[in-house]
Formats: sequence, structure tokens, C-alpha cells
Amino acid sequence: MRRRGAVQRNLTAYAFFLPFLGAFGIGVVAPLVYSVNLSLYQERMIGGKVFSGLDNYAKAFQDGLFHAGLGRVAVFFAIQVPLMLGLALLAALAIDSGRLHAPGLFRIGIFVPYAVPGVVAALMWGYLYGDRFGLAGEVGDLLHTELPDLLSGSWMLASIGNIVTWSYVGYNMLIFYAALRSIPRELYEAAEVDGAGAVRKAFSIKLPALRPALLLATTFSVIGSFQLFNEPSVLQALAPAAVTTNYTPNMYAYSLAFDGRQFNYSAAVAVLLGLVTVIVAYVVQLATARRERLL
Amino acid sequence: MTGTATARRRRRRHRPGRSAALTVAMGLMLAYTLVPLVWLAISATKSNQTLFDSHGLWFGDGFHLFDNIRDVFTYDDGIYLRWFGNTLLYSVVGAGGASVIATMGGYALAKYEFAGRRALSALVIGAISIPATALAVPTYLLFSDMGIVNTPWAVLLPSLASPFGLYLMRVYAADAVPDAMLEAARIDGAGELRIFATISLRLLAPGFVTVLLFALVSTWNNYFLPLIVLNDPELFPLTVGLRQWDSLAQGGSGAGAIPILPLVITGSLLAIVPLVVAFLFLQRYWQSGLAAGGVKQ
Repeated sequence: MRRRGAVQRNLTAYAFFLPFLGAFGIGVVAPLVYSVNLSLYQERMIGGKVFSGLDNYAKAFQDGLFHAGLGRVAVFFAIQVPLMLGLALLAALAIDSGRLHAPGLFRIGIFVPYAVPGVVAALMWGYLYGDRFGLAGEVGDLLHTELPDLLSGSWMLASIGNIVTWSYVGYNMLIFYAALRSIPRELYEAAEVDGAGAVRKAFSIKLPALRPALLLATTFSVIGSFQLFNEPSVLQALAPAAVTTNYTPNMYAYSLAFDGRQFNYSAAVAVLLGLVTVIVAYVVQLATARRERLL
Repeated sequence: MTGTATARRRRRRHRPGRSAALTVAMGLMLAYTLVPLVWLAISATKSNQTLFDSHGLWFGDGFHLFDNIRDVFTYDDGIYLRWFGNTLLYSVVGAGGASVIATMGGYALAKYEFAGRRALSALVIGAISIPATALAVPTYLLFSDMGIVNTPWAVLLPSLASPFGLYLMRVYAADAVPDAMLEAARIDGAGELRIFATISLRLLAPGFVTVLLFALVSTWNNYFLPLIVLNDPELFPLTVGLRQWDSLAQGGSGAGAIPILPLVITGSLLAIVPLVVAFLFLQRYWQSGLAAGGVKQ
């Protein structure tokens, strides 16, 4: 009887899990397998589709356009992510400290941009950056100076960084804030009884509690940076000279497939980019936390 | 006298006083996040000409919001309304389906011992690091072989898999549904499905709302995948449609009978409203869901 119950429960568990497995198979596994397969072939003028092994990957390794895009998103990651996560952390600590007037207003107000589609955010900031009817010209007038052209080649990466920061600072803040709220209040009281000050509490209680959240936020930031597409591709309409078709690796994969019809090579670039993303995410996780890991 | 002094000191220790300086500093950050939205809302009240001659953060001549909204909905035979409907369809079915699927799966992982559980857990958690955008081009290629490119399925099917949702739900279910309660229900002779439907689902509600909202945002805001797998404007979601209008607006003033720039701006504003409203209304649920389960391991 007991045994039969356990077997039945086992079956129920599989039944509960099955829909996810199906969706996962169609949405993740199948495209992955398909593109790996595709990346191993080449279209030849004579002979049509031929198996070419790792040739596409070898080509990507030496492809200056791919490198340039990868370098750009790496710089983006190294500068934008620490800034964004730092701001988010400060905001979360400030709201959690109980020393703010109207903390609820800050919590929801800073979070709101997350609900704005990335495309809309990029459209909006694209207009704001312009001096025709955006704010850049007016801010310049206010400061009695002319602001640099935020849509020029030298400012473009920073301008995109600002859009991404604007969009996600509140989301990350919320993840940190939720982690801080999950600390039992008694822990602070116990620490105070033991004579711990604010700094000691921050380092011994708050930071350790934040580690899993930091890990999650960093993982998503790695993905966001290395897969950058929406913001630069929207700004491309405003500044075609500054944002090239290979500005980020994802844009490169896109233009290879849809402008160049090089589907096999595009698949190789997409797979390689995915691999780089996962590797960076893993390395960052090793650096962020030794014990807790998502991967 | 001493009594109030001690009381005050105790209060200060447990609930530190409000700080004006900190509030002002955070106010700057709030301004950073809100000013662009204020600009968008104000700009949506302007005509094409006023956009260029008036100050960005103040109203210009006349109040054209309602004219603009009318133009948004009537331009090009009301294509915007189609886009709105498509976005709604993709989000409700995609995000709703993803949340239901993730909830069932997460619950199974958290509350049942079954062969392969650990392997499945590891697989899903590893999949969180596989970026959805990296899969977009391969998805197009696969779907074009299957012949479902340029149909709603091409957007809906990939949205149904949410490894992060499943992860969130597994963590949430582990805490929110006590094993003892499940055991008690089993002893009373309740079947597993009935236990799930009548007991567990209720306890999982805040976690479900959290997963649903995050899935809603990612489907509502999805751009790369629909851009790739759809080419019929009748099937576009708002993001792809607005981007197309923007290209028209950048292309010059000769686009159609009415200048299109105010349409991009007003259309953008309208595209934001539903999600902001959803977040505000469901605030209580998703915040408790996130706090209770979202960040523990």
C-alpha cells in the first residue's frame, strides 16, 4: 500500500514536470541542437551544403568584426555593470535602513523603468539625447555650454550604458531589497546586544545575506551585456554611422543571417556567443561566491 | 524625564530617525528614473511642430494628447490596435502558460522525491545562463524548417519555457508548502492532484504572481524574437511596430498624411501603461513573493 502510494506519487511528479520539459525542449534544447548542427556545415557555390566540421568556428575566431563586437560588450560589461549594481545596492540599503522619508515611493519609483520595454526606453532616450527637441540641448543651455553629441561614435557606448542602467537599476535594487528584507530582524537585535555597530552589522549580517542576490543579479547582467541588441539596434536608426551592423555580437549574428543570408556562419557565431556568455557567467560566479553557485 | 529620555534612546536604536540628507540624495536617483517618463508624458501632449519649439519638460501650445491618441489608433487603418492586441495575446498566453508550467514543475521539484530530480534541477539551473537572445537566430532557423515562421506560434512557443520562473518557484514552494500539511492530506485520503489544486496552489499564490509578472514583462517587452520570426506587420507586437514607426519618422517628414513623430511618442506612452498598472496593483503580492522565495537558495 505504502509502496504503491510512492510509485503513484512518482508518476504524479513526472506528470507535473512534463509540461515544462516539453516547453524547454521546444524553446531551448531544439534550437540549440539545431544551430550546433547547422554551424558544422557550409554552403558552397559548387556542391551545395557540405559538412565542414569546425571551419565556421575557426573563421569566427579570426573574424575581426566578431572580435570588435565582443570587445565592445566586454568593455560595456566591465564599466556599466559595476556602476548599475553599485547604484542598485546603495538604493536598496538606503530604503532598507528605515531612514528615508516615504520609502515606498522610492521603491516603486525607481523600479518603474523596468516595466518600460527596452525598445521604448531606447526610443525615448534616443530622442532625449538629441539636441533637436530632446533635453540634451536644453541641459546644455542651462549649463551655458554645449554638451557633446551623445549619439556620436565616441559617446555611443556610454549612451547605451545609460539606457541599460536606467532600465535595470530598479530591478536589481528590488532583488537586493528583497534579500535584505528576508534577514530576520532579531539578528540585528542580537548583534546590537553583542555590541555590533552599523558597520559591523553591514559586513557581518547584510553582505552575507546579499550574496545569493548579488550572484543572481550578476548572472543576469552578464547575459544582458553580452547579448546586447535592442538598445543599439534602435539607436542605429538615429546614428547609423556610430552603430554599425556588427556593433555587438548579437547584431552581427542577426545581420549575417538576415542581411547576408549566411545562416551557417551566423549559427556558429550565435553558438560561440552563447558559449562565451555562459563561460563569463560561470567565471563571475566563481569570483562572486565560492559556495553558492547557480551553475 | 529620564523615562522619556530612555524611551527616545531606545526608539532611536530600533528605529533610526529619518534623514533629510539621505532622502534628498535618493531624490536625485528618483528624478533620474522618473524625468524621462515625465518627458514622455508631456511630449505626448504636443503636436509635431510644438515638439520642436517648446521646452522638453513643459507643455507647449495647445493640448494635443487626445488628438495624438486618436491618430495613434487610426493611422494606417488602426494597425496600432492590432499590435496592441497581438502583444496582449503573446503576453497573456505566453506568460500565463509559462507561469502555470513553471509552477507545476517547480512544485514537483520541491515537493516530490523522484528519480532524476537532481539531474533535472541541474539542467534547468544551468539553462538560466543560456540567454534567450542567443537562441533567437537558431529558433528562427528551426521554425522556418518546421514552417511555423511568421505565425503566432513562433512567438508563443519559445515564451512558454521559463527556467528562471521554474527556479523561483522551486525555491518558493520549498518554503511555502509545509511537508507536514501534504502528509496530513495524504493520510486523509486526498489524491495528489486534489492536494495541489485545493491546498498547495493557494499557498503558492504570491510566488505565482511574482513569476507571472516577470514573465509578463519579458513577453510584453520581447523584441528580438518577434523581430526575427515575424515579417507580417499584422502579427507584430507593439515593440516591433513602434520601432518600424520610428524608422519612418527618422526617414523624413513625408511619411503618410500626418507627421508620425507624435505617434511614436504617444504610442510608446500607451505601450507602457498596462505593465505599470499591473505592477502597481499587484505590488503587495509580487513583493512578498520575491522576498519570501526569490532570493534564497
